Amino acid sequence: MTSLEKRLKKIFGAPRKGETFELRSGLVSQYADERKDSIKRVIAAMTVGKDVSSLFPDVLKNISTHDLEQKKLVYLYLMNYAKTNPELCILAVNTFVQDTEDPNPLVRALAIRTMGCIRVDKIVDYMEIPLNRTLTDDNPYVRKTAAICVAKLFDLNKEICLENGFLDILLKLVDDSNPMVVANAISALLEIQSSNTNDFLGGKFLKIDDKILKKLLMTLNECTEWGRITILTALSEFTSTSSEDASHIIDRVTPQLQHENPAVVLASIKTILKHFENLQSKAQTEAILKKLSAPLISLLSTPPEIQYVALRNIRIILEKYPNLLSRELRVFFVKYNDPAYLKLEKIEILVRLSNDANAALLLSELKEYSMEIDTDFVKRSVRAIGQVAIKLQKSSKLAVDILYDLLTTRTSYVINEGIIVLQNILRRYPEAFVTTIIPIIADLSIDDLDEPESISSYVWIVGQYCKSIPHLDLKLQQIISNYYDIDPAIQLAILSCIVKINLVKPSKDSQQYLQTILNLSTQQVEDADVRDKSYIYWRMLSANDSELSKSIILKKLPILNSTIEKIPTTLLNELIDELSTLSSVYHEPSEMFIEADAKAKSKNYILDTKENSKIEDLQRMAKNEIVNNAVKAENLLDFDDDDEYEGFDDANSSSNTNHTGNNNNNGVSSNVDVLDELNDLFAGLSSGPTVATNNNNNNNNNNINNNNTINFNNAGGNDTTKKTNEDLLSLF
Amino acid sequence: MASSIHFLDIKGKPLLSRDYKGDIPSSALEKFPLLIIEQEQSNNGVPILNDQGINYIYILHNNIYILALTKKNENVFSIMIYLSNLIKVLTNYFKNLEEESIRDNFVVIYELLDETMDFGIAQITDPKILKEYITQESHKLELLTSSNNNEMKQPPNALTNAISWRSEGIFYKKNEAFLDVVESINMTVNHNGQILMSEILGKIKIKSQLSGMPDLRLGLNEKFLNSAKESGNNASGRSGIELEDIKFHQCVRLSKFENEKIITFIPPDGEFDLMSYRILSPPLKPLFVINYKFQNHSNTRLEIFLKVRLNFKQKLTCQNLEIFIPVPDDIDSPKFQTVKGNLKYLPESSCIRWKFKSCNGGKEYAMLCELLLPSTLDAKNLEIFKKKPIKFSFNIPYFTTSGLQVKYLRINEPKLNYQSYPWVRYITQSGDHFEYRV
Repeated sequence: MTSLEKRLKKIFGAPRKGETFELRSGLVSQYADERKDSIKRVIAAMTVGKDVSSLFPDVLKNISTHDLEQKKLVYLYLMNYAKTNPELCILAVNTFVQDTEDPNPLVRALAIRTMGCIRVDKIVDYMEIPLNRTLTDDNPYVRKTAAICVAKLFDLNKEICLENGFLDILLKLVDDSNPMVVANAISALLEIQSSNTNDFLGGKFLKIDDKILKKLLMTLNECTEWGRITILTALSEFTSTSSEDASHIIDRVTPQLQHENPAVVLASIKTILKHFENLQSKAQTEAILKKLSAPLISLLSTPPEIQYVALRNIRIILEKYPNLLSRELRVFFVKYNDPAYLKLEKIEILVRLSNDANAALLLSELKEYSMEIDTDFVKRSVRAIGQVAIKLQKSSKLAVDILYDLLTTRTSYVINEGIIVLQNILRRYPEAFVTTIIPIIADLSIDDLDEPESISSYVWIVGQYCKSIPHLDLKLQQIISNYYDIDPAIQLAILSCIVKINLVKPSKDSQQYLQTILNLSTQQVEDADVRDKSYIYWRMLSANDSELSKSIILKKLPILNSTIEKIPTTLLNELIDELSTLSSVYHEPSEMFIEADAKAKSKNYILDTKENSKIEDLQRMAKNEIVNNAVKAENLLDFDDDDEYEGFDDANSSSNTNHTGNNNNNGVSSNVDVLDELNDLFAGLSSGPTVATNNNNNNNNNNINNNNTINFNNAGGNDTTKKTNEDLLSLF
Repeated sequence: MASSIHFLDIKGKPLLSRDYKGDIPSSALEKFPLLIIEQEQSNNGVPILNDQGINYIYILHNNIYILALTKKNENVFSIMIYLSNLIKVLTNYFKNLEEESIRDNFVVIYELLDETMDFGIAQITDPKILKEYITQESHKLELLTSSNNNEMKQPPNALTNAISWRSEGIFYKKNEAFLDVVESINMTVNHNGQILMSEILGKIKIKSQLSGMPDLRLGLNEKFLNSAKESGNNASGRSGIELEDIKFHQCVRLSKFENEKIITFIPPDGEFDLMSYRILSPPLKPLFVINYKFQNHSNTRLEIFLKVRLNFKQKLTCQNLEIFIPVPDDIDSPKFQTVKGNLKYLPESSCIRWKFKSCNGGKEYAMLCELLLPSTLDAKNLEIFKKKPIKFSFNIPYFTTSGLQVKYLRINEPKLNYQSYPWVRYITQSGDHFEYRV
């Protein structure tokens, strides 16, 4: 009756007493079920984010109980609020220690699990005895829980953990008879090793020798799915020394490829790929690679979020073994209801899988995608068509025809993207498709485009193929109409374009435009690059040697081989070892996104791993270039020096137009990237020679000064203002 | 693996959290709603993101975010799989995992979170085993027995045994095993009636009601297994079928299958999926041949005509055939004409459902639908409508497309030595993606 009264009071009672008060009185109630009910309500309040830490002592009073559920609830509360009342936690220690002796293994395990989760310094001192006891418990469920508790203790207090020899016990547990205990012992060891160096652990870490290897391979077939992942992880971090070892491991891991848990499958693939390198027989490696393709595909029959991770990993594997999935193209076709991020990632895989055999199929699929509604997806598809065209010469005709169809539909974002793609195609096949592409350009006005990158591409094509473009002067007029206001990237493109036109197909109008543009660039435009470039052009043109200018400006560009982004070799090798981790999703080494890892590795090292490959490649290229030019360089004329510089600049500027504002995107060939950076490198390298030839340059400048007129290709001189000349001088 | 696991509603408001490692400040969670919006805008909603050294990994399920946080370069694939398994476990417990059921069952969820993961390391996610010692009615049971400590729940032996999926001492009066061979077909057909993509996703489901620790051996027809053998080594199976990536329940002895192609196992009790397989690009004809036309009368009225021929043997019966024909959003007063089947407009998914209880192969049906377009019709609405594929959903019993046959299921229980009865059923059904582009 009294309980009923109380409940009635609760309902009708004065609200000013507050919820906390009610809970408190419930917690100290004389009735067990009422106390338990109150604990539940406290936990409910905690769950929705209310602060119930003030009830700590009252909840604690309920800790000694035989009701397992109530015990769990109190423990849960303790774990959450231990930090707010570290002193009072000590009161709970006794119960914990008692519970680790309870006849019921569930209670023993629960006690040691919870104790490890109370992250209070004081409690650490009391952990030695119960932890020792549970680590040698008869029941495997308790042992496996205690194994993980060692990792928790280590996280709290490394010294105590080492002093008490818990790591030794953990290492012994690796040889336990129960597979789950083995797996958890290894998990704990891996966890400890991941955040600490071996030196600190005093050699107490998992060393995989023949005996342990045998144990691991045996346990692999017996333990739960999660245990298998742990063991596979340990195996993938182990370096096999001999071909026999590697082949043995691979043989034992291969059956796991058929496991129903995709994480086990990917962990197996990772392990196999790791030991794969050590195999000697070629036939064997081929056979193993073939076995991997079906399991890789199976990773895709999962929810979209998981598929995404799988696709990012597949991309890394494909980069290393490009032919692995070449027959599986259709699996990667986009489904109507795939989320956007999945669609885009699938296209990445599709373009990498394209080959002569499947190109027709792929292109018709990509065409289908290009007519979808989602803007980003459509753009990416159009770009993909270009990538296929550039990768596969045999299919380029088909691809260009599809692009032609798409561009004539005239949806603005398709056109914007299409123009960039067309430019790349012209860079790859300078002659083949001129008759198809030029009419598109001729029909298009610059006002149809609104993205800087597209406009730059458009301007580049007009400049490069000016001979074939009808009504060139009119087009030029449109192009330069807004010159002062537009994006610097486009200004650079226009500069190159107009200079080119004046060398190839000069007309009265075009010369007029050139003069206007040069004046504007040198006097009004604020962007330093644009100013510099126009000065350089100006000076070159005033040399009055049209043949020389032509040989500089109209230099043949290197052929684009691919516009599919590649992962640099060093990074790739690193990522192969990082399959299934966050690195594999971000495609970055861990120190790029994790502070602790970045600190752990010295600055030098970061430079090494991150830039190494690029810099190596660059250095190699630069060397070749220098060797090639050495003969020329020996009898350098003052202009030859410029010649080279200009040559690069031109190549560079056109590549600039190629991918301005798109540096992190896929449309950029690594080739172009390298050129870009090569140029930077040369800028550094050539500082010496520039100084050396300064005198000559000055002489030349004086000549110009004396003439006081600058001639453009013998075609009508134009007076320049004195100011311009001074500016020009200050350049050198 | 993970430092903490969180459940959040669609707006990113936390519903329930479990912090395993305590190395992540609570401010990280408060930022989550902003971060998902940002991610949606700048990164197409990729479900993994990094903000100030903290990595957010999440799955969206029933308008609930299940989120894991970590600071280390962890095995993100395992975390994702753990999250999706956790969803399965919780769904198994509460039928539906949604805001409401999370609020109502927070006690059990905490228990499950503790049991499935410890210090961020996944432990066990098999709902059958978990249900043996974590039950929703636990407190009712214990109130009666709390005086008697010996009857308290023990951790099931199975939990840590090599055979972690089956407990000892199971007993049935009548020992039976039911086998279902279910094949789901996914197919994308383009507007010319050519198959762009097709695959069969097969599953053998078993419902075992067998006593003791029975050892089972499943025999499949040779032709089927041979094609599996070859897919590993030789490129294309000679029978024309390419069996790919067979996956087995953890109870199947994988090395035995790898070496001898024999499927042996000790089954878990009750229902489970024994194996799954995939057949890529099987030599299939399109199961349906369609003729689709629509006519737009000056953006006010739309006429849709669809003719479907069931392109398979007459003796096969197709049950619960549903054809989803897309229409623009917000249409008005649709009128239907057809000889067979039931037509209904489903406004929430903007389509017309054409439903048949059952129909035989070889038949042909047509329908005509007339509807009014909304007066505020925009071009995009119409554009989306034109891109939407027609979807099919159906099942055909007593039939496997791949030709898989169960030859025998030998049941051997060494101690009890009982008589047992295996039953086998076959069914072919549509997968999630059975689409005709138009």
